[in-house]
Amino acid sequence: MATQHSRSAARLMMAPAVVLLLGWMLVPLIMTVFFSFKKYLPLRGDKLSDGLEWVGFLNYERFISSGSFWPSVQTTLVIVVSVLVITVTLGILLALLLDQPMWGQGVVRILVIAPFFVMPTVSALVWKNMFMDPINGILAHLWMFFGAEPVLWLSQASVPSIILIVSWQWLPFATLILLTAIQSLDGEQLEASEMDGAPKLKRFWHIVLPHLSRAITIVILIQTIFILSIFAEIFVTTGGAFGTKTLTYLIFQRVLDSQNVGLGSAGGVYAIILANIVAIFLMRIVGKNLDN
Amino acid sequence: MARAVTNQRKATNTLFAWAIGLLIFFPILWTILTSFKTEAQAINDPPIFFFFDWTLENYAAVMERSDYAKFLWNSIIIAVGSTILGVIIAVPAAWSMAFVPSKRTKDILLWMLSTKMLPAVGVLYPIYLIFIGLGILDSRLGLVVVLMLINLPIIVWMLYTYFKEIPVDILEAARMDGASLRDEIIHVLTPMAIPGIASTVLLNIILAWNEAFWTLNLTAAKAAPLTAFIASYSSPEGLFFAKLSAASTMAIAPILIMGWFSQKQLVRGLTFGAVK
Repeated sequence: MATQHSRSAARLMMAPAVVLLLGWMLVPLIMTVFFSFKKYLPLRGDKLSDGLEWVGFLNYERFISSGSFWPSVQTTLVIVVSVLVITVTLGILLALLLDQPMWGQGVVRILVIAPFFVMPTVSALVWKNMFMDPINGILAHLWMFFGAEPVLWLSQASVPSIILIVSWQWLPFATLILLTAIQSLDGEQLEASEMDGAPKLKRFWHIVLPHLSRAITIVILIQTIFILSIFAEIFVTTGGAFGTKTLTYLIFQRVLDSQNVGLGSAGGVYAIILANIVAIFLMRIVGKNLDN
Repeated sequence: MARAVTNQRKATNTLFAWAIGLLIFFPILWTILTSFKTEAQAINDPPIFFFFDWTLENYAAVMERSDYAKFLWNSIIIAVGSTILGVIIAVPAAWSMAFVPSKRTKDILLWMLSTKMLPAVGVLYPIYLIFIGLGILDSRLGLVVVLMLINLPIIVWMLYTYFKEIPVDILEAARMDGASLRDEIIHVLTPMAIPGIASTVLLNIILAWNEAFWTLNLTAAKAAPLTAFIASYSSPEGLFFAKLSAASTMAIAPILIMGWFSQKQLVRGLTFGAVK
């Protein structure tokens, strides 16, 4: 009887969160899908109230066949994969280092984690001006110190520059999570293998890395979802010029700059599908964890 | 003998770790240092590290020039408001999922998580239209609602993982003593849940403070928070290194300090309890 009562109370308590999230997900999603099948150019006088012209899959075809689509997909993939490789590799090394006995470990941890708390517009601007500026930037000074010609980072090496900025922001995240995972490693197991005289590299390969595999997978999935939709880092630095237009940025330009809502919405649907493919894998892992 | 070797290894570790830590931290350190230089010293060739005339004039200039207080106030209201609103909605939901779980609890949790994966740009225009329709474009209320909704899944998840750790026996004992559901929540659960709620609040204020898609796209002059204020410095006329640094330092300082206190919660919150 009590359980019956508490069950209905529980449902009631869950209702606001569920209803709000359901609305937040469904209403804009349905609108995006709806617009994607319509010709909708608000600046040319298309009005929602007049009804919009149904164009079938035309927007989907045009979005893919436009000259900027494949380059944007390529840029997106290059950025995501590079950042993942950099942050996961360096993250593992850093986590291993931070796990060692040392003086001032807490302070080092703080130094390493700090970039994650810097708002994206600040890190983009600081890198753009104070580091990558071809005349006054630190990197220019460094290059000249070694007698090299300063690089015009954001035009000549635009994609690597974005990768550098984004990696700097996400390395702390990878390091922190991998460090947490390493610290939960069973000390006895490691000691036993140490007693057996297993060489360090072997120990890392056969004990530490397998133990980290789940944390690494989670880092990869979560970062992928966030990095697929980086925005401020490009908005502030290149504004999508010099080959830095990602899929997210392309859709943003279609929708808000050129106000081609139908076309942008079709792009949005592609982005949603892409993110969902990644999300399915993440959900599997998180779901498995819930069972334990 | 053995100790000497350990100490030597410890020294090497320390040296390496500090060097790398300082390298990673350097952009932030450099920004803070530059904010205390004059504009001329900020672009001095070669760069000056510590021996410059420390000045506060940039902070004064930024405050004066751009109505900094207004942006700061917007940031505070949006970050704190969205977090509090989110927690008020999430606490009952997380409570019921943790203590009265049903067969569907897991599915609901995962579904909530999935809403977080929806790429913002995919729904930008609909939200834009809805905001115009409701008259809340470029308003703090609008941003409070949007940021609450994007962070709600994380808030529910974090609270759920914390509530899960509260022993059910205590609740049952209270129930035996004739406590009502309300008593149970106010007198038994709340005191035990406060640390978890506090951590959740902390992490979510950080996330909301730094959010830079909706805050850039849904605001103009009135409701723009610090993210947009900083972005306005990307136009060429705003290109003064020392002032840019002062503005940046002010925008990130409160969150850096809060962030340092929330390292543990960060892992739990952002991995949805999958790594602890």
